[in-house]
Amino acid sequence: MNKVSIYQKINEILVDEFEVDEEVISPAASLKESLDLDSLDYVDLVVIIESNFGVKLVEADFAGMVTFQDFYDVVERKIAAKN
Amino acid sequence: MSKRVVITGMGIYSCIGTNLEEVRNSLFEGRSGIVIDKERIQFGFKSPLTGMVPAPDLKAVLSRRQRISMGEESEYAYLATVEALEQAKLREEDILQREMGILYGNDSVSKAVIETTDIVRDKRDTQLIGSGAIFKSMNSTVTMNLATIFGLSGVNMTISAACASGSHAIGMGFMFIQQGLQDLIICGGAQEINPYAMASFDGLGVFATDIDHPEQASRPFDKRRTGLVPSGGAATVILESYESAVKRGAPIVAEVVGYGFSSNGGHISTPNIEGPAKAMRRALVQANLRPQDVTYINAHATSTPLGDANEAKAILEVFGGNPYVSSTKSMTGHECWMAGASEIVYSTLMMQHGFIAPNINLVEPDDDIKELNFVSHAIKQEFDIYLSNSFGFGGTNSALVVKKFNE
Repeated sequence: MNKVSIYQKINEILVDEFEVDEEVISPAASLKESLDLDSLDYVDLVVIIESNFGVKLVEADFAGMVTFQDFYDVVERKIAAKN
Repeated sequence: MSKRVVITGMGIYSCIGTNLEEVRNSLFEGRSGIVIDKERIQFGFKSPLTGMVPAPDLKAVLSRRQRISMGEESEYAYLATVEALEQAKLREEDILQREMGILYGNDSVSKAVIETTDIVRDKRDTQLIGSGAIFKSMNSTVTMNLATIFGLSGVNMTISAACASGSHAIGMGFMFIQQGLQDLIICGGAQEINPYAMASFDGLGVFATDIDHPEQASRPFDKRRTGLVPSGGAATVILESYESAVKRGAPIVAEVVGYGFSSNGGHISTPNIEGPAKAMRRALVQANLRPQDVTYINAHATSTPLGDANEAKAILEVFGGNPYVSSTKSMTGHECWMAGASEIVYSTLMMQHGFIAPNINLVEPDDDIKELNFVSHAIKQEFDIYLSNSFGFGGTNSALVVKKFNE
């Protein structure tokens, strides 16, 4: 799975499953503010990333995650490590 | 001095209609909501008969965060409650400005529990269950969801009392308001419809067997009855103190005047005559009414051989053969945790519109209960007072008396 298809898939999940307005998604935007995430939503992000990419995000992964780009990078890194 | 308790709104989501108007028509026409669920045959059920409701789609009205915590019973209850609040003329902003409570009957969340367990068995990791599961997997799921969605700030709890849950919830709401503890409470009952919820019940061999004629399978009091047909959905009534209803100019639909309860103290599933009779007598005493004042009895009768016979004998013992008697479960099937609330909605609709719904499929009652005044075809009949029975496993009994509102 290449970079672009990972980004596209993540965006698709956020729009379809999290009902995020497509327009608020941009690599530099703040993930927490754009998605209006609460602590429960992070639990669902873990579930949905695992079911779509077969990798599991852990608490430490979210620690330094600020922008959408950070999110893409973490998922991409996890997929690479798995392969 | 105790307060008068009135019903200012009702809502219903059932297999004979998903709003008050549809349900009123079905009741008058004696329409059955029973179907065959083929999934149950694959699943190993002895009886695939069930009441069925359309799956709600709440995407347009509730956020993901709200929906993700809701199992089907909460979805049905939400829709019934929206209709009831609308009838009671209570808008979202009105509810936020006052103290409104919720007491709702529910006694299972089988689907949520089983699906959650399946995920853990498969993934071996609880973090992959998702955030909604815990809120769907508790018996209080309906009250926790609705209290959050509607922003309720009053009493908030679920009543679990088997097939009398919905009735006891209304009885409890009646007591809270009567004693001046609350002015406005959402009461009701909800019941999930899926094979998981009913498999162990089916295993007892108490479900109806006439699968060639689903609409004839539920036949309370009839000699040829073979068992009950499970069903579900949700029903809501808005209970309010008379003073509160008058103050805000709310439409008063009816008045709750009596709540009787009792426990059989005997077998876990076999009902007796004394327990139900005691609940009915207690409801009458509390309502300050005589047996002859009651025109209609909405029977609990689920279409099981012994249950129907014993209830009939209890009614004969307390009321004699005078009041009209019918079991709407002949049309709806047994709505279990919801039934005590839905049957208040059904009976109140009848009282409002001057008719008594039929006990369909009642061709010939048992020989020793023939004295009862059964209604097997809808009749046009104005009436002012009815009693509704609900009984459940463990011998829990509830009887509610409701009166046409009169200043």
